[in-house]
Amino acid sequence: MIDRVVIRFAGDSGDGMQLTGDRFTNSSALYGNDLATLPDFPAEIRAPAGTLAGVSAFQVHISDHDITTPGDAPNVLVAMNPAALHSQLDRVAPGATIILNEDAFDERHLTKAGYDADPRRDGALDGYTVYEVPMTSLTKGAVTPLGVKPRDAERSKNFFALGLISWMYTRPVEPTLEWIQRRFVARPDVAEANTAAFKAGHAFGETAELFDHPYEVHPATLPAGMYTNITGNTALAWGLIAASQLSGMPLFLGSYPITPASDILHELSKHKNFGVRTLQAEDEIAGIGAAVGAAYGGHLGATTTSGPGMALKAETMGLAVNLELPIIVIDIQRGGPSTGLPTKTEQADLLMAYYGRHGEAPLPILAPRNPGHCFEVAIEAARIALTWRTPVILLSDGYLANGSEPWRLPDVDSLPDLSPTFATAPNHVNADGEPEFWPYLRDPETLARAWALPGTPDLMHRIGGLEKEEGTGNVSYDPVNHEEMVRIRAEKVARIAESIPDVEVTGDVEDAEVLVVGWGSTWGAIDGAVSRARRAGHRVAHAHLVHLNPFPRNLGDVLRRYPRVLVPELNLGQLAHQLRAEFLVDARTVSKVRGLPFTAAELEQAIVDHLKEGA
Amino acid sequence: MSDTTIPVTTRKDWTSDQEVRWCPGCGDYSILAAVQLLMPDLGIRREDTVFVSGIGCAARFPYYMNTYGMHTIHGRAPAIATGLALARPDLHVLVVSGDGDALSIGGNHLIHALRRNVNITILLFNNQIYGLTKGQYSPTSEVGKVTKSTPFGSLDHPFNPVSVAIGAEASFVARTHDMDRQHMMEVFRRAFEHRGSSLVEIYQNCNVFNDGAFADVTAKEHRADMLIPLRHGEPIRFGADGERGVVIDTQHGAHLVDVADVGEDALLVHDETRDDPSVAFMLSRLATGPHEPTPIGVFRDVVRPDYGEGVNQQIAAAQEQRGPGDLGALLRSGATWNVN
Repeated sequence: MIDRVVIRFAGDSGDGMQLTGDRFTNSSALYGNDLATLPDFPAEIRAPAGTLAGVSAFQVHISDHDITTPGDAPNVLVAMNPAALHSQLDRVAPGATIILNEDAFDERHLTKAGYDADPRRDGALDGYTVYEVPMTSLTKGAVTPLGVKPRDAERSKNFFALGLISWMYTRPVEPTLEWIQRRFVARPDVAEANTAAFKAGHAFGETAELFDHPYEVHPATLPAGMYTNITGNTALAWGLIAASQLSGMPLFLGSYPITPASDILHELSKHKNFGVRTLQAEDEIAGIGAAVGAAYGGHLGATTTSGPGMALKAETMGLAVNLELPIIVIDIQRGGPSTGLPTKTEQADLLMAYYGRHGEAPLPILAPRNPGHCFEVAIEAARIALTWRTPVILLSDGYLANGSEPWRLPDVDSLPDLSPTFATAPNHVNADGEPEFWPYLRDPETLARAWALPGTPDLMHRIGGLEKEEGTGNVSYDPVNHEEMVRIRAEKVARIAESIPDVEVTGDVEDAEVLVVGWGSTWGAIDGAVSRARRAGHRVAHAHLVHLNPFPRNLGDVLRRYPRVLVPELNLGQLAHQLRAEFLVDARTVSKVRGLPFTAAELEQAIVDHLKEGA
Repeated sequence: MSDTTIPVTTRKDWTSDQEVRWCPGCGDYSILAAVQLLMPDLGIRREDTVFVSGIGCAARFPYYMNTYGMHTIHGRAPAIATGLALARPDLHVLVVSGDGDALSIGGNHLIHALRRNVNITILLFNNQIYGLTKGQYSPTSEVGKVTKSTPFGSLDHPFNPVSVAIGAEASFVARTHDMDRQHMMEVFRRAFEHRGSSLVEIYQNCNVFNDGAFADVTAKEHRADMLIPLRHGEPIRFGADGERGVVIDTQHGAHLVDVADVGEDALLVHDETRDDPSVAFMLSRLATGPHEPTPIGVFRDVVRPDYGEGVNQQIAAAQEQRGPGDLGALLRSGATWNVN
């Protein structure tokens, strides 16, 4: 019995590794393990077969206790070909188990993978426990009797691998067999072949004498409740639907396909029975434009994108700031600039979220910390947008988007009421004593402007991108009015802080030598690193920001309470820059911009190094 | 006005309290007047009407209408109007745009709104010049146009807005001009009543930066010889005595003839409802610019599914099949397990 294991499936883009990993994850979730996943695939749909560029991998960390990351180094690598082995070997833990598809290790594949010599024979794999399994031929052997052509038969080899690993880790078999039937319902021959391959892999584990025994990772002890396994993108989609239900406003998503955000569009387009309207727009600009138009009409307007799309949407965000209309802008950050690393994760759009618009155009910014948290943060984004009549930016990233974890379902009845108040009657009396409607009369507390929907009698008014006169909303070129409006829009966003919770500090709250401050998806790795550093005897605290603009009111006090502040980010120090500017603290950066999340081990090392440095 | 629930209104009711700030003599005034005069006659409520515009001189239009209105971003009005029209099919959404706004910076949104057939009415004020930025050539300016940005003459081949719209298979395409209020009102009404996207090109004089650009065809004394009125079901002919006409032959496509040469029966009978857009397109190519006999009126008016209606039908069908959304059930829709 073991308490946790990190398994990495790697093969060609066409080998079905994402499917295999996903399926293993789901049967582990149903079994009750805690888990976290890291899909890692190339931008090309099918890079040349057998090459390093075409390797697609899926890492899953399963555990009998609460875990927060997909694991640093895999304990098990399943390599479907030499390229998979070559590209992944340096990530693998010392002494790890490596399971190779023996059939793919011929000279042609070895050359394609950039091997001069066979790594199985030249000592490259010394120190690892290597199992060579002829997966291709065993799969063919199991599948061809069903009448499947040899070429097609080979395609089922990922199910052979899945069967084998399922046996090794004592996963329940039934959920996968049932899933195969459902998934391939339209192709009974494929369902039959995959079932046969899966069973063959399972039986191979049981009967071959290669493996001495299966491992067991017991179910984790998690807080009581009903759980489902969820990715960040699905959680965002469901969060938007929830926000629509809670506000009573139909959801309108204007979006243009872009990796890694498209799955939100896909998910939402399935749920039309919730009154969800999705528009696959002609471009990024039209996506957000349509969302603004729908918001003007009283729908919950949202747009989803990644960095390059954010750049294109910037002008329309500026319009929404001026119109003071609520929309939710979701940026699934990826490696940039430009096309960059479309399928890899990064956190380098933060300063763009703060400052990437023309004029003084402050916006609230939020960042979820793990896949399940995306649900909650989508609702929070809607709460802020609707209460303050402002666009809100939600920064997720590629890691949260595709990574999954068990998520305890919230009690639907406990979710907040988000119904906005629309103007239905004139709110002002003109000089002649006539009632009239002023769209820029504000709520004295929130500074939110009056919001009248088209269709409301007697409240006809015009809004636009030209500067407004405070109150009437008429076009105004008055210099004093412009400054007043700039300050009001800034103050309105600043006041949101009054409604957000203080940032919590965990770890050595009282006497930490260093406070580690993070935001967004680095939460799991930082949490793991802080725990490890504390176990090693260091005094470390952790504060994680969900609200990035405005910051929680206590953040300044928290930052000044500790002698050192360390900010790990998947960029060159954007939050640290902001913290320094706002609070005059000596925040230090731990950077990583490799398209990969932090590992807990490397952050632990960074914390320890930092403490040594100034000691 | 047969619907008694619609209050009787006049032009004044549709006019906002904002001072109109176009240059004196601008063609926009007569277009605004035509629209304000027409609105009381359309049998709709002011509060159900929204004018959406982008940027440019024409884009100030919504401020002058006592309806709901949005003055948005350069080129983006069709996209923003698309969102509004899809969200609120109960509203009448009109887009006011110019040649730069609609065909240069916003060309992409225009063609996609037309192809989708979103239920919006687009009024495209074409003055063949950039007015608000003070006189650069536009995507409809003729080749060789000398402007501040093209002191040696422009090199770009211009768009013909009607051709572009027909090329995008717009379901309603028409042309009118700012010198003929009656014609504008007739065409605007047709465009407004059309279900789906409708586009009206309006030849509009910019008396400051491009004065007289359309005078060759729109001046009263030239109209009979230079404007070819398109009337559904009638042979296409023009001239003071209808002495000229349009024929189509397989060799030369649509071209102008003297009726006396070919006989009345040879003339092309205008059919707005022809599904195939190629004849309408040929008509749009009769003139290379507003210096030759130019067709005006409705080029095309066909029935195509309204995008918003399709969206709503899919929602209704989903609700019919699966019932209204149940959030708790959605959250439980994947594989779930209980921890005690």
